[in-house]
Amino acid sequence: MEKQKVTINVFRFNKETDYLPHYDKYELEISKDEVVLDILNRIKWEHDGSFTYRRSCRHGICGSCAIKVNGRSTLACKERMIDMIELFGNELTFEPVSKKRVVKDMVVDKKDFWDKYDAMRPYLIAKIDEHPKSENIVSPKEAEKIEEADYCIQCGCCYYACPVVNETNEEYFGPAAFVKAYRFTADIRDNDKEDRLKIVDELGKGVWDCVKCFECTEACPKDLDPMKKITHLHNQLFEEGVVQNNVASRHAVGFKKSIEKHGILDEGMLVAYSEGFGVLKHIPEAFEMWKNGKIVMPWSMPKSKKLDEIKKLVKISSTAKF
Amino acid sequence: MSLKYALYTGCTARESTPELMKSTLAVAKKLGIELVVLDEASCCGASHLQDFDDFLSLVLNARNICYAEKHNLPMITICNTCQLNTALTKERLDNNPELKAKVNEKLKEVGLEYKGSVSVRHFLYALIEDYGLDNIRKKVVKPLSSFNIAPFYGCHNIRPSELHHFTNKTKESAYNPTSLDELIEALEGNSVDYEHKNKCCGFHADLQAPHTANRLTGNAIVDAMDNNADMMVTPCPLCHLNLDVKQHAASKEIGREVHMPILHLPQLIGLALGCTPEEVGLNHNVTKAEFV
Repeated sequence: MEKQKVTINVFRFNKETDYLPHYDKYELEISKDEVVLDILNRIKWEHDGSFTYRRSCRHGICGSCAIKVNGRSTLACKERMIDMIELFGNELTFEPVSKKRVVKDMVVDKKDFWDKYDAMRPYLIAKIDEHPKSENIVSPKEAEKIEEADYCIQCGCCYYACPVVNETNEEYFGPAAFVKAYRFTADIRDNDKEDRLKIVDELGKGVWDCVKCFECTEACPKDLDPMKKITHLHNQLFEEGVVQNNVASRHAVGFKKSIEKHGILDEGMLVAYSEGFGVLKHIPEAFEMWKNGKIVMPWSMPKSKKLDEIKKLVKISSTAKF
Repeated sequence: MSLKYALYTGCTARESTPELMKSTLAVAKKLGIELVVLDEASCCGASHLQDFDDFLSLVLNARNICYAEKHNLPMITICNTCQLNTALTKERLDNNPELKAKVNEKLKEVGLEYKGSVSVRHFLYALIEDYGLDNIRKKVVKPLSSFNIAPFYGCHNIRPSELHHFTNKTKESAYNPTSLDELIEALEGNSVDYEHKNKCCGFHADLQAPHTANRLTGNAIVDAMDNNADMMVTPCPLCHLNLDVKQHAASKEIGREVHMPILHLPQLIGLALGCTPEEVGLNHNVTKAEFV
C-alpha cells in the first residue's frame, strides 16, 4: 500500500460558543508511515486552523495527545493510521477521549482525572536521612515489583475507557489512579503503604468497584496492564490486613469457602455470606429465579468429583488470610 | 468430521443457568461433537478468588486443566469468565517455568502434574475454528432470517486481546469483534450493530456496587433496543444472568422500561439447528422469548 483514501469524521465542539457538537468530514490520502497525530496536524495546517487538540512531545512520553479513534482510546503520536484502517476500514471517526468533558474539539477538561491522581498522594513518602553515609540501594528484584507502573504517562486512555468512571460512578478513582497508588505501595522505600491502601479500599471509590472488564488494560498505550495492578492492590489489602470486612471483601473470600466445601461455587451461600443481612434484598430476584428452575437448594447442591483432592489443595496452597 | 472436547462447564451451568448446560449438550449432539464433561473440576474463582489469594487460584485452575490433559483433549469452556481465568492460568504457567514448578509442587501432592499440553478455548471459538461457520450453515434447518439479533460479546472472551490472541486462531479485535456477528449470519439471522456489543454488563460488581452493575446492564439493553434488536445473544452465562434476570432492576436504575429476551449462544444455535425450545431450556429464561 502506497497511499489510501480515507474518510475522516472529526468531532468539533466549542464549549464557549456551541450548543451542540458537529462532525467535519475530510477525504484524505494517507501514506503508510503516517500516525494519527500527523493527520490531526494535516487537518489543522491544511484545512482548518481553528481545529484544536493537545500535542507536545510526539514521542509517546508526554501523554498529551490521547484521543479516541472509532471509540478506541489511542495515543495519537504512537498509533499508525494503517493499523486503524486495518481495524476499522476506510471511514474513521476522531473524537475526544471524553465527549462530556470537552472544552474544544479534541481538548478535554482533565480536572477529575488529576483530582483523583492527587488523591493517591503521587509522591514518595519516606523518612529521608538528610546526611546519608551510603547509598539507599533498591535491589533489582524489589524494583521489578513495581512492574513498570512508574512508566505511566497520565495520558488518560485507560481512565476515559473505564465504564465505571464514564457510565456509572464519577466518584470512582479509576485505573490510572490505581496504577499510581500501586507504583508507591509496591515501592520498598515508601513508608505510607497502609494509609495508601486504606484510600483504595473505600467502597464506592476504591478498587472494589472495578467491574473487571479489562478496558483499561486494552487501552493503555504503554502496556502497563492496569487491571493487573488493581489485582495486586486487592492482594496487598489482605496481606497488610488493611481490608475492611464488608460485602466486597467477603465476596472475594467467599469463593475459597465455597470451593473447599463443594469444589464448585455455592451461588446462594456466596451471596448470603457476602451480604449478611443484606441478602434479604435479593429475595424478589431469587424468587423469580426459583420459579424458573434457576436456584439449587442447599440440600441438592452438586459437588465436584474428587473433592478430597480440592480440599487438600486448598489446605496446602492457601497464601492469604482474612 | 469428528470433534471431541473436554468440557469445563463452570458453576453457573450447574446451578443458575441450567439452560446453558442443556443447550450446549443439545448443540453438540446436533453437530456430532463429542463432549467429555470434567466433573472433577472446581470453580475457577470467577475473577474474585485471585483478589484474595492469587496462588490458590492458579493451583485450582491448573488442576482443572490437568483433567483435560489426562483425557488428552482440547478443553472448552462455556463461560467467558471461566475462559479468562483458565486461559490466564495457562498463559502464566506456560510462560513462567518457575511459577509452573511452584504450582506443580502442590499438584504433585494429589498426584497431578500441569503440563500445558492442551488448548483452552471458549466453545464459540472452537465452533468457528474447528467446526467452521460454513459447516454450521449447512446444518441450519430453521433459519433465523426474521430476527434482528444483537450479539453481546462479554468482556472476558475478547479482553485482554493479548490473552485472546494467545488462545485463539480467530484473532479478534477487542474494539471491532466479528465472530458472534458472523455466527448469527451463518444461522441466517440479521446481526445488529450497536455500540455496547463489546461493552461490560457489570456482573462482577453486582453485590458491592449494584447501581454500577444495573446501569451497565441497562445501558447495554437499551442500546440493543434502540437498534431494533428482537433479542440479544451472549456466550457468557454471567452476562446472561445480568441481562436476563436483572431487567427489572436495570429499568429502575436507568429510568426506562427495558424488555429484551436474552439467549445463550448455544440456545440460539440450537433453535436454528432444529432443537425444540425445551431442548435448549428456554423455559428457564426469566425474560421469556415469546416469539419462539
